[in-house]
Amino acid sequence: MPYVARRVAYLIPTWLAITLLAFFIAQLAPGDPASVYFERLNGRPPGRIELARTRHQLGLDQPVVERYLRWLGHAVQGNLGRSYSSGLPVTHELLSRFPATLELATTATLLAVLLGVPLGVIAASRRNSLIDHVTRGASLIAASAPGFWVAYMLIILFSVKLRLLPSFGTGGVNLLILPALALGLGEAGLLARLARSSMLEVLREEYVTTARAKGLPEWRVTWQHALRNALIAVVTQVGLVFGFLLAYSAIVEVIFVWPGIGALAVNAINQRDYPMIEGFVVFAGTVFILVNLAVDLIYMALDPRISLGSQTVPAVG
Amino acid sequence: MAEKSALTAEAQRLPLAAALVERNALRRRLVADPTALAGLFIVAMVVVVTVAAPLLAPHDPNAQDVLNQFRPPSAHHLLGTDEFGRDELSRIIAGTRISVLTSLAVGAAILAIGVLVGTVSGLAGGLLDGTIMRVVDVLLAFPSLLLALAVAGTLGPGLFHLALAMTAVWWVDYARLVRGLVLGVKEQQYVESARALGMSGRRLALRHILPNIAPPVIVLATLQTARLLLALAALSFLGLGVGPPTAEWGAMLNDGKNFLDTAPQLMLYPGLAITITALGFNLLGEGLRDVLDPGLR
Repeated sequence: MPYVARRVAYLIPTWLAITLLAFFIAQLAPGDPASVYFERLNGRPPGRIELARTRHQLGLDQPVVERYLRWLGHAVQGNLGRSYSSGLPVTHELLSRFPATLELATTATLLAVLLGVPLGVIAASRRNSLIDHVTRGASLIAASAPGFWVAYMLIILFSVKLRLLPSFGTGGVNLLILPALALGLGEAGLLARLARSSMLEVLREEYVTTARAKGLPEWRVTWQHALRNALIAVVTQVGLVFGFLLAYSAIVEVIFVWPGIGALAVNAINQRDYPMIEGFVVFAGTVFILVNLAVDLIYMALDPRISLGSQTVPAVG
Repeated sequence: MAEKSALTAEAQRLPLAAALVERNALRRRLVADPTALAGLFIVAMVVVVTVAAPLLAPHDPNAQDVLNQFRPPSAHHLLGTDEFGRDELSRIIAGTRISVLTSLAVGAAILAIGVLVGTVSGLAGGLLDGTIMRVVDVLLAFPSLLLALAVAGTLGPGLFHLALAMTAVWWVDYARLVRGLVLGVKEQQYVESARALGMSGRRLALRHILPNIAPPVIVLATLQTARLLLALAALSFLGLGVGPPTAEWGAMLNDGKNFLDTAPQLMLYPGLAITITALGFNLLGEGLRDVLDPGLR
């Protein structure tokens, strides 16, 4: 089978496993979900008959395998049930709030790339210089600071002390700056380190020596000849960073009252809204495996050796 | 002398084993590496604070003093007091114990599970290996923090539930790394000869395979500790870890966020504690990698 077809076919078992995981997680919940559901709806614990009726209504009196299959059947059609807290369809809530998360994660990824990659390349081209040491140190600190804490430090600095930027509210590019910084800084450090080591490797290759021997100026050797090959590793990582930021935005969204799916999920967890938790795991998992697919396809386009040689799907993550 | 150089030559053919053969050289290079030395220093400090927390804390971390809320740093309260007038420094010191010990406990659990699963998978091959690796792929295909969040959130709050959720999610990194390393070592002649001599799988794993794949696993374990620390802080910041009044870094940040305008220092100190500790483990991990496997630098 050609690589692309094999790679796409591979999505199906992975996706099924994710649905299984989502369903399994919801089964870990302590207590009777029917009782939780009834109490949420009516504000009092159910009587025996009411409990039995609710169980039947939610399909909880069926065997677990049957329940999974029925839930899966609905999930395939995009129906992930109704939220316990709002009563609205889970899919609808997730889809209506996804663009906000996408906007935040995209901005943060762009920021991480624009900040991290040039720094890494410069650090590599001036190995062991001051800028190299500063870049390595700063990226290590960025990787060690919790993102959510960085978010609060940014709020304290820019909103509370300097009163330059709003920490939350509606509308405007200004609102995007702090959450994107909070989310992107750590990943910028990661990309800088990766770009640096990848560049160092490429700069040792013979074709770089050839380019230098031809008398090309050093900036062209670095930015045109070497960077192109060094980018292969970076692009893969950028895709993973994007997926990671989609996921990690949950906490940043809560802090900045950002109307995305992450804040929705954290809310659902606090409310014990199991259909929403299940739906979120399936939704986020689906987005994540699609991002990984895109990464692999881009990787393949950049490096044709992958599709010719490898018999297995390259590991992701 | 001759025997030693033969040993060194052998070790150089297997760069990963080299460091283990020459323990003294390893120690010397570790101390000569500024990155590793800085990391070692921070980690040693953290360990001292973790072990001696009750002796070092100047006050009872839970003693309330409502007349002295939100005090700025002073000689009596070096880092000031929080919203209940509790001594901030003592709470950070007490929090070290919970944050670091929980991260280390989760780290040890995932190390054990990951090494066991990875070794079995790598040695067994075939259907068992295929099945295990599909499970690993699925768990890797999902952002760990979110999965831990969902599991811990469903189980309900509590430090034990949180640790359980983190363990269930994070072992896969080790499993994949160890399996890859085992596959690499499996084909080496000394393993084949041990097999030919009729050594059992378990003895083979313990005597020959694990010692030879140890260096990269040690590096991962060190870096992983930093990641676990950050994840633990994030999850307990969301209210999933310890309940009040226990001092824990993530939970302290969760309390402090309500007083951003009036007492921003309550957000500063616990975060710095997390960052410095994570930095220590990251520096040590990087240093160990440079020393154990110079080719990766």
